[in-house]
Amino acid sequence: MTVKDYETGVTPNWCPGCGNFGLWQALKQAVAELGLDPGEIVIVAGIGCHGHINNFTQVSSFEGLHGRPIPLATGIKSANHDLKVIVSTGDGDCLGEGGNHFIHASRRNHDITVLIHNNASYSLTTGQSSPTSPAGYKSKSTPYGKTEEALNPLALALSAGATFVSRGFVGDVPHLTDLMKAAIQHPGFAVVDILQPCVVFNKEFTFEYYRQRVYKLERTSTERSLALKEVLARNDKIGLGIFYQSKEPSYEEKVQLTKQKALVNQPLKNYNWRKLSNEFY
Amino acid sequence: MKNRFHFKIGGLAGEGIMVTGAIFSKFAVRSGYNVMDFAEYPSLIRGGHNTFYGTISNEEVFSTYHQIDLLIALNQETVKFHKQELNSGAGIIYDPDEFSQEAIRGIRLFPIPLLRLAEQAGHKLMANTVALGAMVYLTAGKLEILNSVLKDIFADKKEEVIKGNFKAAKLGFDFSQDKFTPLGQLLKMRHSGVKMVIAGNEAIALGAIAAGLKFAAIYPMTPISSILTYLAAHEREAGIVLRQPEDEIAGINMAVGASFAGVRSLVATSGGGFALMSETLSLAGITETPVVVVFGQRAGPATGIPTWTAQEDLLYALTAAQGEYPRIILAPADAEECFHQTAEAFNLAEVYQTPVIVLVDKFVCEAHQSLKEFDLGKVRIDRGKIGKSRTVFPRYQLAIDGISPRAFPAKGVVVKANSDEHDEYGLSDESVKNRKAQVEKRMKKVATLVRKVPALNLYGPRKANLTIVGCGSTKGPILEAISGLSVQNPKLKVNFLHLNWLRPFPADVVSETLKRAEKILLIENNYQGQLGQWLRMQTGIEIKDRLLKYDGRQFYPEEITTKIKQII
Repeated sequence: MTVKDYETGVTPNWCPGCGNFGLWQALKQAVAELGLDPGEIVIVAGIGCHGHINNFTQVSSFEGLHGRPIPLATGIKSANHDLKVIVSTGDGDCLGEGGNHFIHASRRNHDITVLIHNNASYSLTTGQSSPTSPAGYKSKSTPYGKTEEALNPLALALSAGATFVSRGFVGDVPHLTDLMKAAIQHPGFAVVDILQPCVVFNKEFTFEYYRQRVYKLERTSTERSLALKEVLARNDKIGLGIFYQSKEPSYEEKVQLTKQKALVNQPLKNYNWRKLSNEFY
Repeated sequence: MKNRFHFKIGGLAGEGIMVTGAIFSKFAVRSGYNVMDFAEYPSLIRGGHNTFYGTISNEEVFSTYHQIDLLIALNQETVKFHKQELNSGAGIIYDPDEFSQEAIRGIRLFPIPLLRLAEQAGHKLMANTVALGAMVYLTAGKLEILNSVLKDIFADKKEEVIKGNFKAAKLGFDFSQDKFTPLGQLLKMRHSGVKMVIAGNEAIALGAIAAGLKFAAIYPMTPISSILTYLAAHEREAGIVLRQPEDEIAGINMAVGASFAGVRSLVATSGGGFALMSETLSLAGITETPVVVVFGQRAGPATGIPTWTAQEDLLYALTAAQGEYPRIILAPADAEECFHQTAEAFNLAEVYQTPVIVLVDKFVCEAHQSLKEFDLGKVRIDRGKIGKSRTVFPRYQLAIDGISPRAFPAKGVVVKANSDEHDEYGLSDESVKNRKAQVEKRMKKVATLVRKVPALNLYGPRKANLTIVGCGSTKGPILEAISGLSVQNPKLKVNFLHLNWLRPFPADVVSETLKRAEKILLIENNYQGQLGQWLRMQTGIEIKDRLLKYDGRQFYPEEITTKIKQII
């Protein structure tokens, strides 16, 4: 499979220079290298600039409601766990509107991959601040500087129980490609926080800003509390790589009914009527 | 001769009243009678005032009543609260060691030392079973039939528990036999004693399973929580994957996702949860993803009185969510309809590729009725147009009837669903030409469906002095009122137009029926007469005479009878 096999042919309408181009390239590259069938990949997106990815990528997809791709994705996975389910979500979509779902899906360890298109801005609605914009950030909704501190998505993922917690940067596509491959192959809930400059609305977090601060993690921790410490460290450096990975049974592995066969492939009449109705007599 | 017998058990929450009541209902059914029962409880876990009441008959019975022939008062305030409902000649079972009860004119008192006898049988927790034994004697019933029920209810408990309960029942029975004469003989048995006793919620669950349900995501909320409980207990036998989501928004999104991937999916909720789900209904509408949503109404607004019934969300359910898309709302009124209409809801959802709401209320959800069995043979499965696999599937292909063939994501089949307006392949498209085409395609489905709305149910004579209109839980009390009146006043002809398909609305049939009517009475459980408003919107007909109730209680046949007599 090549990168072209995963393109619908529709020209992306992201702004020239948008961080999404790098992200998209890495994603296509990752699935091509993994040789995944386009029909069997389902990208579930929310609403934001990230959501348009489904118009350009020739894979099965569901563009859902703002903040709600994660439960939608877990429902798809429950029905057919043979599908490779990838959530494309934004920092606002995932951590604002959809925060509750992010926490619980992490806890359940669903075998899905969550790619957070993190540009620290609500760009599609023309530039309001988002959960990952820092205190003092100036935007259309915070013209005098944002009051509250930014949310730390990886700290949240770690404390909620995600079993693969990582960060990438669209300014390093080869690294991001490998990261995505690892995340997709991880048999559990994989979070990739992807630093993605928004060249139109976020004048603070530019490519240059990130290039001066990112560093590659030396190793991946298998100790959750240590990874948490790393992720919460208050310094000017931003780590890229897999902070934490562990092997635990995914939610789907624990469901008895679908151990042998995906739910969608089971016969429609799969019930024991006598056992079901006996108690009413 | 009376052919309806009404019993009521009252006491604090946490005293096992519901189980006791359920046992007596089953006893009545196994004795060959029909029963309707209902429980009333406040929103708390211990204390308060709980009741379980039922109406037993040799005929088919469709509703409970607001009168009592035998009251089991486990505490003094039960007598205080329900004194007015006692019929002349009614009886009160109570424990004289718990409280003393002064004589009441025309009422028979049955002081039975329930706790003392329970301790004698082995444990004071069996006081209710002692009462059951007494109830069996006082209704001239057979103790061995009660024992058969006890045996089944306590089947998974230790041998000594079952034996203890047999003893407790016998002690209650014998004590009563010694001291009292029966209240009266219930009329002769009519059936073999093999019938189900089932509530709307469980009937909905069974209907869904029979229709091939595979996935459900339900957040607990009164009055639909027992759908979750039942499905959870029977996941294996039902062949389903059941999840308890973090919130209702997650639940319905999970169901929509599962449906998109190819399985029949269900959610259930009440008003507050439905409000949270509403955006996702719109999502299902535009992405043309089937999903069945059970909406059990209760008294609001907001938290309202959570454990009480109402029909206040009718207009809301009928019109909820942003945008225009095919809306299908069914309104089953009893356990039988719950089973069949829920099963049919899955077909409608998949054939028309749109969300279907099954609108019920607490009385429908939780009242138990006796019925023979559900006819599985009547359940048919129609998954609608399933398209031939294509590498890139045109999920929203334009079609004459508005229905595009459907496909599920799989190896070699790319399928795209999109909450944005989209072209035939599911790619976002805001152009004028495409927008018009897709809107018209989706709404064409309504025109296709409207022709298929089943014929209405008109109960009673075709020509009548009065036509009553109602939906949902008013059906039972209305039928009881009509049947009671037909015995009292055979000259009075009353029929009942029962609406269990609300949207698309069968306007032509309803208009035609109401235009023939001499007088019309609208009966509903809300303040604004919402069904009447909807009916007027659809047909232009305004119903002037209305009986509206909004106190959190279901209608009683007695009050309907009074109103009918007033009008005619």
